[in-house]
Amino acid sequence: MISESDRPIVTRAGLLEGARLSAPLLPGVVVFAMTFGAAAAGRGLSLFEAALMSALVYAGMAQMVALEAWPQVWSWGVIGSLAVLTAVVNSRMVLQGASLHPWLRSHGHGFNAAHLFFLTDANWLVGSRYHAGGGRDLGVLIGVGLTMWVLWLAFTLPGYLLGAMVSDPRRFALDLVMPVFFAAMLVPLWRGRRAAVPWAVAGVVALLASKLLPGHLFILAGALTGMLTAALMPDDAAPEQAP
Amino acid sequence: MSAWLASLVAPGVTLAILAMALATYLCRISGHFMMHLIPLTPPLRRALAALPGSIVAATVIPIIERIGLSAGLAVGAALLAMLVRRNEVLALVAGLTVAIAARAWGL
Repeated sequence: MISESDRPIVTRAGLLEGARLSAPLLPGVVVFAMTFGAAAAGRGLSLFEAALMSALVYAGMAQMVALEAWPQVWSWGVIGSLAVLTAVVNSRMVLQGASLHPWLRSHGHGFNAAHLFFLTDANWLVGSRYHAGGGRDLGVLIGVGLTMWVLWLAFTLPGYLLGAMVSDPRRFALDLVMPVFFAAMLVPLWRGRRAAVPWAVAGVVALLASKLLPGHLFILAGALTGMLTAALMPDDAAPEQAP
Repeated sequence: MSAWLASLVAPGVTLAILAMALATYLCRISGHFMMHLIPLTPPLRRALAALPGSIVAATVIPIIERIGLSAGLAVGAALLAMLVRRNEVLALVAGLTVAIAARAWGL
């Protein structure tokens, strides 16, 4: 039996509410999308390829990391390793999707499979807050996801055109757009020194691996070692040491 | 010959984008559809929480080592700007400005 609170709800009003709740996220997604577009131009992707990636992959961090690992020569092995790298960067989505399960389970499989294409950090965060506050209209989750997708795709284009206008990317430091933007992300991610230990391990392992492993496997090696370090660290439920 | 080469190279890019899209989509749907298969143990939660920062460190530190001083100064300036103002645009502008100046100086 489906209880009253489990009845599936998706409304137009919910979709519009999702679009409205996206407003505070607008500056962030616009800057990130333009940064990706400019970096894609610097890497030699065509405008169509950059737009295709934003439309189909729709995952900023994974797209940036892939650009960094973008090869000169294509082979099945290179394509496979890009797919694995993308899956590792996006593995947080598995957890995010799992946490939405109670909200999604009363909806049809086909419908869930369709709207989960738009699952991203933004709509997961906004949607989770809305659901935790008692909201049940799935339109809100989908509304934020769709709004972010449209913005992500739309602002990839001007970013690309700006990036492509620069004739000497190195002189204008456009080769550093990715690392600079990425490093700045560490500040909002900061949760204290303890939580940064896996980051330090990841950085050191990646640096060593970049000397030893071919291609861009060092990103994978660093990210996986960082995760492993965090998994093996004792739980921080114990009180922190006195400051 | 060049047209033939182009037809050989472009599918590589398109295939790579499609493979990335498929990998991402599988991440998006697998959490919900395999809910009962994934035990969300505390170690797994910690590992996933550490992932974004680990990716950033694993990507950025080897780049700084490879490119050198201009990259290190740019990243430092961006971090500083971010710490002071918490503004991504400002951090990006600060980082790139420092890098452009450093390179103009021949660093």
